[in-house]
Amino acid sequence: MASKGNSYLPRKLHSLLGVIPLGLFIIEHAVANYTAFEGGQEGFSKSINFLNSIPLVFWVELFVIWLPILFHGVYGLYIAYQSNVNTGRFSYGRNWAFTAQRITGVITFIFVAWHFYETRVQIMLGNVTHEELGQHMNNILSDPLTVTAYVIGVIAATFHFSNGLWAFLVSWGITIGPRAQKVSSNICMVIFVIVSALFLLSIFAFRGDEFASAAASALTSLSVG
Amino acid sequence: MAGTTTTTTAARKVKFVITRRERPDASPFTEEFEVPYRPNMNVISALMEIQRNPVKTNGEKTAPVCWESNCLEEVCGACSMVVNGKPRQACSTLIDKLEQPIRLEPMSTFPVVRDLVINRERMFKALKKVKAWIPIDGTYDLGPGPRLAESKRQWAYELSKCMTCGVCLEACPNVNDRNSFIGPAAISQVRLFNVHPTGEMNAHERLEALMEEGGIEGCGNSQNCVRSCPKGIPLTTSIAAMNRDTTKHMFKQWLGM
Repeated sequence: MASKGNSYLPRKLHSLLGVIPLGLFIIEHAVANYTAFEGGQEGFSKSINFLNSIPLVFWVELFVIWLPILFHGVYGLYIAYQSNVNTGRFSYGRNWAFTAQRITGVITFIFVAWHFYETRVQIMLGNVTHEELGQHMNNILSDPLTVTAYVIGVIAATFHFSNGLWAFLVSWGITIGPRAQKVSSNICMVIFVIVSALFLLSIFAFRGDEFASAAASALTSLSVG
Repeated sequence: MAGTTTTTTAARKVKFVITRRERPDASPFTEEFEVPYRPNMNVISALMEIQRNPVKTNGEKTAPVCWESNCLEEVCGACSMVVNGKPRQACSTLIDKLEQPIRLEPMSTFPVVRDLVINRERMFKALKKVKAWIPIDGTYDLGPGPRLAESKRQWAYELSKCMTCGVCLEACPNVNDRNSFIGPAAISQVRLFNVHPTGEMNAHERLEALMEEGGIEGCGNSQNCVRSCPKGIPLTTSIAAMNRDTTKHMFKQWLGM
């Protein structure tokens, strides 16, 4: 019996959405971007073509990415507002992680909104095509200030996901004892390092000459095609 | 003769900086005290010294500092206060182990009544909300209940050490004016009473109380509670175990089981 103004279900939903689908999405995004590092312009184009070949891709994006992010982000801001910062008095590792979870959540919210506007919204407006995305990222990331912002945004997002996965396992009663929570914490930190590395490598790949020059040829071939 | 007088007056002193408040709505201020040192002193015996001789370091007389205490052996939970930044029991806090000046403050997560005295009523309300008791009354003799397995009794005993002292709530970043979180203590008590073979008969009522507004979902996993609990209660294990039980209960409710 859910009573009026019950925070149990929304908080539970917030925790679930952070892992499924958003955690899966962030891994998918990291792997897709990594193809820019591994396969250059060609590899990245392949990934984009593959993603665009998903049936009902717009609805998948809407229900699996956009709406979950909107709920998770807005409700998450409310959760952050409800929390105190007391790491000064209690400087334990987990308390730092608690505070970092809220700070990185807010950073990620701002970063994702900005990144979504710069990429997906520009595609919807017709200013950029899917084929031009590699070059578009090269343009965006040519500014050192933007690169710094992207590196901070990406690390914040992956920390928030990895630490959130740890908290999800506790909040759903999967890891109960201190030993289980210690092991899951180590696993989550490994996930943090790996996913961060994938994103950072792709950022540096997009900055490379290949995307700058390939962009020019891609642009001409596309305008013909 | 003069020599002996000098040695006694120059005897070791313990320095205190105490955050005080005259009334619940009055603004807090600090006062400094110096108390003659005695071996094995604790914070309560130092406060008793100030009560006997309520004179500040600068020689001015002041009202004696108010505090609350009962058992003086860390089982009642009444003398919780913030000592050098950490919430703990004043009676079991030894002066020899503290850095000076010793700063005493009330646990401001709770309404301050006066000086170091706080009102822990919200904790007792929380225990009522989660029905932290075992209903055994009937209109006739119900006879003996089922036995509790020894393997469970061992950890249940650890949970039963909770003295509602409020230290875990003071340490928790999610217990504040903007948050309705019930706090770690009551959640751990649900685990205690739900493992009891008779208490288990009403387990769903306690779980449902934790699934209401301000229930278990307010936990943000900072885990300060388990680090701060003076009785060493595995509070985060209790919270995670109740997360499991409330999650199961949620699915059972949905499926109409």
